[in-house]
Amino acid sequence: MSELHAQTVPFVRDSMLPQELPPASQRGAVKWVRENLFSGPMNTILTVLSLLVVFLILQSSLPWWLNSVWNANSLAECRAAVQAMAGEGATGACWAVIRERWHQFMFGFYPRGLYWRPVLAFALLFVALAPVLFGDNARKRMILLACVAVALVLALIGVGTDLAHVSFAIVAMAAILAVSHLAPARLIWATLLFPAVGFFLLWGGSVWGPIGVLMGFGVLVAVYRLLLPMLGVVMGTALGFLAACVWWLMIQTHVTTVLHNLMPWGLEAIDSDQFGGFLLAFTIGVTAIAASLPLGILLALGRRSDMFLIKTLSVGFIEFIRGVPLITMLFTASLLLQYFLPPQTNFDLILRVIILVTLFASAYIAEVVRGGLAALPRGQYEAADALGLDYWKAQRHIIMPQALKISIPGIVSSFIGLFKDTTLVAFVGLLDPLKGVTAIVRADINWKGIYWEPYIFVGTIFFLICFGMSRYSMYLEKKLKTDHR
Amino acid sequence: MAIVADVPKDGFRLSMLIYDTRFRSITIQVVVLILFLLGVAWLVNNTVENLAAKDKDIAFGFLWNRAGYDIGQTLVPYTNDSSHIRAALVGLVNTLVLAFFGCIFATILGVFAGVLRLSNNWIVGRLMTVYVEIFRNIPLLLWIILVYVVLSETLPTTADFRQSAQLIADGLPPTVSMSFGGTVALTNQGLNVPAPFFARGLGQISLGGMTISLNTLLVFAVVIGSFLANRALRRNAAKVQEATGLRPVIWWKSLLILFAPIILVCIALGLSFDVPVFGRFNFAGGISIAHAFTAMLVALSLYTGAFIAEAVRSGIMAISRGQSEAAFALGLQPGRTMKLIILPQALRIIIPPLISQYLNLTKNTSLGIAVSYLDLRGTLGGITLNQTGRELECMLLMMLIYLIISLIISSLMNLFNSAVKLKER
Repeated sequence: MSELHAQTVPFVRDSMLPQELPPASQRGAVKWVRENLFSGPMNTILTVLSLLVVFLILQSSLPWWLNSVWNANSLAECRAAVQAMAGEGATGACWAVIRERWHQFMFGFYPRGLYWRPVLAFALLFVALAPVLFGDNARKRMILLACVAVALVLALIGVGTDLAHVSFAIVAMAAILAVSHLAPARLIWATLLFPAVGFFLLWGGSVWGPIGVLMGFGVLVAVYRLLLPMLGVVMGTALGFLAACVWWLMIQTHVTTVLHNLMPWGLEAIDSDQFGGFLLAFTIGVTAIAASLPLGILLALGRRSDMFLIKTLSVGFIEFIRGVPLITMLFTASLLLQYFLPPQTNFDLILRVIILVTLFASAYIAEVVRGGLAALPRGQYEAADALGLDYWKAQRHIIMPQALKISIPGIVSSFIGLFKDTTLVAFVGLLDPLKGVTAIVRADINWKGIYWEPYIFVGTIFFLICFGMSRYSMYLEKKLKTDHR
Repeated sequence: MAIVADVPKDGFRLSMLIYDTRFRSITIQVVVLILFLLGVAWLVNNTVENLAAKDKDIAFGFLWNRAGYDIGQTLVPYTNDSSHIRAALVGLVNTLVLAFFGCIFATILGVFAGVLRLSNNWIVGRLMTVYVEIFRNIPLLLWIILVYVVLSETLPTTADFRQSAQLIADGLPPTVSMSFGGTVALTNQGLNVPAPFFARGLGQISLGGMTISLNTLLVFAVVIGSFLANRALRRNAAKVQEATGLRPVIWWKSLLILFAPIILVCIALGLSFDVPVFGRFNFAGGISIAHAFTAMLVALSLYTGAFIAEAVRSGIMAISRGQSEAAFALGLQPGRTMKLIILPQALRIIIPPLISQYLNLTKNTSLGIAVSYLDLRGTLGGITLNQTGRELECMLLMMLIYLIISLIISSLMNLFNSAVKLKER
């Protein structure tokens, strides 16, 4: 048999040849280039055109970037330095203007010795945001807080803070890190207290003012707890709110005055017109973002309500706000509010602007949330009803978690729009980083005629913040994605 | 048989207003109504008191007083002797013109960028991503100011165009000469381009205070007529194609119908161009487009174009892959697949966000304040307001006009939306 076999099958391969590589044109970079850049005549033309565009941009701007000057006292000096460095007729960026004026871009006319206050407030903002941003992920939260702590110390030293305040900040951040590690649930108190702390740090004044406002919330909670067994949720909340209003409007001032006379603690008061630059943009943006979300949700619920009157009012408000430009709202804040409010009330322009910007943003958020509510299947509402949940419980446990999840991209892009729109406050005389501060810098005799550098600087910061926000929203969207569609 | 009686009816108790769902919504609405009316009364009362304290009243008579200020760009006849309401009208027209051209350019740019961003070409896709992300994440105000500043600070001054006696003596040309064969001059003040005009006019008709040239009307009529005729031609060709399977060759007929009539009309009316010429100190003749307008237009188009690109991209991505695969299986080229299969379906998804981008662009024209572009906000809400001191009236009127514009745009686009919407049966 074996002989026969040997004759019929003269050769048996007992080992496989190694696999050949694909042809040179079908592998590696060549394949990628052929597929992605030169797959057809049209694509080739597009590629060549794009390369040309990139080349032209680089050719015109690269020398300008490379010839940057960081040390100079005026634009003329800058230009002289560029000429000396790169020869006659060369152009170069003059970043010296940023080096000399960065503090105005960041803080406006905030007193230089007190920069530690806004810096600390900014760091505490992230502490307050930590439970919201990474509530369920202890590791990420710790990383965020640690980064904030390190950045805070570096920034404080960078703005030239004295040792006492730096060590105070270190102790505070260490305490927060410890709390975050030992009792993460307690960190939410930092979030709740942040508005008062931030206000106190930024505007200064007596410490008793913010504490008095906080005590109003204490009154609310106390009355609610007291009345809950007797009168139920609705009446308890209503009366608690009433008591808090009585406290804020009638009692608070007297109590805080007395307390201030007894214990005159506080920080140096800063006037609103000293605010400027990114400090102003953040103050307005963050406050309006935080306030417009709940207001927008309420408006969206109002718009979907069965109650005719509430629905009409919500629709009227939303459509009115969405129909007029933000600038008209800002001018309303600066020109018309003096007519609508009682005579002799004259409160802070920043506060007025914040209120109007909040109203403006809430109408847009309301529409986004309404979209999310409409996208929920009817079955979810019916299931909530079938479980016997009342309206607010159904909203809290069933409807809102899903509706808000759907609306995350829209809400975040509203926030981004709102933050970008804070630049418009320049038109009512506030010192925003883009128009207000840059106009001041460009009006300086030393820096007359400079235009690319300040705009690139401000634009980059805006870009980083807005881009970061949109990336975070993508992360959140992915994290909350539970369906398998 | 014992019939279970209804639950005995209690008398109406006050607590039922809150705890009984039958009455609760009425209670809430009454409370809200009372609070709302109280709030309105409070505002009105404050306003009346404040107006009385400042010795002012609410009256709109000032709108017919002499305005007394000049406006750079007037598309409606206007001098500084005209009334405030006329100035407001000029401003409104400026707003609308800017919004109109802005929407057109932004749409073209947005569709191109959105489609190209999805291209298989790696480098084109990246370039478009960079464009979209940069423009979406930086405030519009920065782009407006940047374009304006760059235009007005880097371009030559008007004086550079002057042929001074010194230069003539030296036999030298002026420092800067006009581009495009001496027809277009780009100065730091604005863009001077030739103005078309008709040598043989047909006269004008007057419509309620506005004079309209019959020439313009004729040109418009011819253009619209050509478009309609072209559409009829194409429809006819499609009919022939469906009946016989062969599509008649119509491209040259189409070109002829589209362009021949308008060219003939222009020749008949004696179309010529009024080229800007440098006079003693400045350019005379032609049309001068101020940089304020150019900057607004460029910035608004680029900025809104980025948002439209995102809307287009998400609309295209929402069309299932099977559609394009089916088109490729039928042997359609990628370009025709996009044009015939993908875009018509994606359009339905794209239109609602497109509407809101158009509205945003229209509202954003009010940022013209940054470059002193005298739009509605610049005239009625700016100079008129400051001159007359009537903040309340001007602001209310301005908000009302913006509101009406927004409502008109959104209802027009909603009509369009319902026309292209998927007709489900």
